[in-house]
Amino acid sequence: MLSAFAVLIDGLVYAAYLFIVAIGLTLIFGVMKILNVAHGSFYTFGAYGAASAVGIYFNRGLPEAGGYLLMVLFAMGLGLVLGLILERGIMRWVYGRDEVVMVLVTYAAFLILEDVVILVWGPGSYAAYQPLLAAGNIEIGELVLSNYDLGLIAIATVLAAACYWGLKFTRYGRLLTAVIFDRETAAAFGINVKVVFAVTFAIGAMLGALGGAIMAPKIAVTLGIGVEVIVLAFAVVAIGGMGSIEGALAGALIVGICRAATVHLIPQVELFVIYAVMALVLTIRPYGLFVRAKPRKI
Amino acid sequence: MVWSDRIAAGSAFLAAVIAGFVLPDWMISLATIAFANGLVVLGLIVMWRAGLVSFGQALYYCMGGYAVALIGRWGGVTDALLLVLLGGLSAAGVAFVVGFLLARYREIFFAMLSLALSMILYGLLVKTESLGSTDGLNVTAPTFLGYAPHQEELLVALYFLVLVVCATAALLISAYFRSLAGALAIPVRDNELRVEFMGMSVSRLIHTKLVISGLLAGTGGALVALAIGHVDPNMSYWTTSGEFVFITILAGAGSVGAAFIGSLAFESVRSFAFTMLPQLWQMLLGSVLLLTILFLPQGLGSLIQRLHWGRKAKAP
Amino acid sequence: MNSPILSVRNLGKRFGLLFAARDITVSIPVQQTVGVIGANGAGKTTFINMITGHLRPTNGTIHFEGRDITGLPCRQIKGMGISRSFQVAQIFPSLTVFENMCTAAAIGRAPHTFIGHVCTPLRSRESVVEAETLLELFQIAPYRDRLAATLPQGIRKLLDIGMALAGSPRLLLLDEPTSGISIEEKFSLMQVIMSALNSRKCTVLFVEHDMDIIEGFAERVLAFYDGTVIADGTPAATLADPRVQTLISGPKVRCAVGAAAHV
Repeated sequence: MLSAFAVLIDGLVYAAYLFIVAIGLTLIFGVMKILNVAHGSFYTFGAYGAASAVGIYFNRGLPEAGGYLLMVLFAMGLGLVLGLILERGIMRWVYGRDEVVMVLVTYAAFLILEDVVILVWGPGSYAAYQPLLAAGNIEIGELVLSNYDLGLIAIATVLAAACYWGLKFTRYGRLLTAVIFDRETAAAFGINVKVVFAVTFAIGAMLGALGGAIMAPKIAVTLGIGVEVIVLAFAVVAIGGMGSIEGALAGALIVGICRAATVHLIPQVELFVIYAVMALVLTIRPYGLFVRAKPRKI
Repeated sequence: MVWSDRIAAGSAFLAAVIAGFVLPDWMISLATIAFANGLVVLGLIVMWRAGLVSFGQALYYCMGGYAVALIGRWGGVTDALLLVLLGGLSAAGVAFVVGFLLARYREIFFAMLSLALSMILYGLLVKTESLGSTDGLNVTAPTFLGYAPHQEELLVALYFLVLVVCATAALLISAYFRSLAGALAIPVRDNELRVEFMGMSVSRLIHTKLVISGLLAGTGGALVALAIGHVDPNMSYWTTSGEFVFITILAGAGSVGAAFIGSLAFESVRSFAFTMLPQLWQMLLGSVLLLTILFLPQGLGSLIQRLHWGRKAKAP
Repeated sequence: MNSPILSVRNLGKRFGLLFAARDITVSIPVQQTVGVIGANGAGKTTFINMITGHLRPTNGTIHFEGRDITGLPCRQIKGMGISRSFQVAQIFPSLTVFENMCTAAAIGRAPHTFIGHVCTPLRSRESVVEAETLLELFQIAPYRDRLAATLPQGIRKLLDIGMALAGSPRLLLLDEPTSGISIEEKFSLMQVIMSALNSRKCTVLFVEHDMDIIEGFAERVLAFYDGTVIADGTPAATLADPRVQTLISGPKVRCAVGAAAHV
């Protein structure tokens, strides 16, 4: 009973993390049809940025709440700048090329940014555990939970709700929906697709950086963290259906719970259970849970 | 094949053979690795002609390498050629099985799914103590039909083995490109529907290409395992696949030889860059890739073709 | 009277609540040239898609040369001798005209086994000869070495139909062979197509919106309305049918505009 509850909580925490990381990826894919490998770089920059912010802020006796805010804002600011540089500097030159070519372009950007990280932050690793400690723990029965983890779930929930509300009820959200549905018709109706693309890419980058920032206190911020995240986020997005927000949520929940269950039951297979789940889902639904393949008309 | 191409291929092979006798050891071992990796690139070219880019070629590469290590260790097989053959075949077997899933996908779905599959293998290897976990396994020194060389002789023997395997693969693959099944790559990329209505099964054509490229990648991995004497899970990490894709883009899908020349160029630059500017290696890779995509969409091979033979560089 | 090459019984196709085709019963004798008319959405393309195996019928049967082919995949049906062309020409844009045709010819000649496809060269002497012959037959030999992506519309159409004729099918289904072609060019294009097909002794079924072309080339006309055949007979008889006149062709106005409009 206890372990079932622990699996649920662990699963939700992990799902929250996955959702935050995956949502930026699925948003950019949905709107721009770009599978953005550089999403891993956004994550990395977010994590390093947050670690720097934590290093500057904490241990000075300032109120902790400000530290959390600074950490997130600094990381998202980095993401915004990086996203705009990438979009304006590189991506816009390859719009309209093959999807695979665009993957390769973002892959190239990712490679370059990996070394930029070394140039800026050096090859060493950073620890930014203070926010995690400062948040403290809560005991539910025999289970000890970190408040920070619960906060993670809250953030993911708020983010999911905000995305849902944003897409459904704001002007920009409806523009996005139109572009997702049919880019050319949207352009024909006078939507400035260029601006929509730039804004979307920037938002996606900020979300990726946010993912890195909130994970920074939980991990050792070191080289190569972006690499794993891309693959993980892709798995989540593929399960749910590329470009679908609900899909990212469903994918994150499925993967989160499955992983938590295997960590508790058979820890040896933890690393690949995610991909096994993905392969299983895709054999049944080739384009993910929330996306249907479009039959080709002749 | 046109006569000029045959002469070019023949003299390139001859030059490579002579190089085996005159070049210093470090160059030979570099060329051994480069040509073995060229096989993987050749496999990627087979698929790229059909419009498919696999970001998971490391799966088969690693499979071939581990097969050699395990068969040598548990099966007691030491003959190099037999090991390479078994390595290639086991990778082809894996490609055949996963092909049933992969052959349904195109474009990025194909790219990323193959990536995910290679990461499954990575996860398995890292977590399995009996397969050496993150440390990997050592590969016992091979023999060549009973001849058991050491040190420098082994180096040279492996180089010639790689040359023979690569030449065979190059001949077979260029024959495949001229066959109906191989030539249909471009039609499949252009218009699958029409190919189906012409009476051909697109998924079977693609499945065949997957198995061929798996075989080539596995053979390459097996050769590299013998040359380095060690295998580890990083062989199946996705950055390994990324490098192969990188070389493929650079080389272009224009010809079979481009795979080996591109791979040789890549290894040379890498060994140079690792000593000169280790911190900027990835930045260099990324920039070159970006510039190639933006300015030379057919790869460097097309540039050479345009310059030297004045031939119109045609889409692969 | 010899036995029909194609015999369709009670054929129907339903997409959810929509009947795209219903209760179609038609039989076509060998070497007849059949025109198919009907407004957009009347079920003409659905009919062709079912015969060629692109769509699986919801009910009914299709027999080709006495064999039941209902629901077989399109590549098997092609192997049995039914070929088709497309409303929007389906060609391989990054190959030249000759390479397009040669690919079609090589597939038509290759033994239909896995090994056969690996061992057959693309440019065997036979397939090259066949490709050249077809290029001549469709009068597109002057475009031989042009990339298919750069072809004008009419040549694309001819190439598309030429590729469908490679491998000597006995029944050829043409989905709007003249769509996207200007009214002045339509007639001559159709003449090239029909003389080529007749020289190969092919049974032809073609969809067409232009009633002049129907009258000029069809020996028999099937009129589709709302998913089923409402009239079937000689062109004169069918076009004179009052139902056809009110529902499809209109009493006086020849509806060539409709065909040109949708490309």
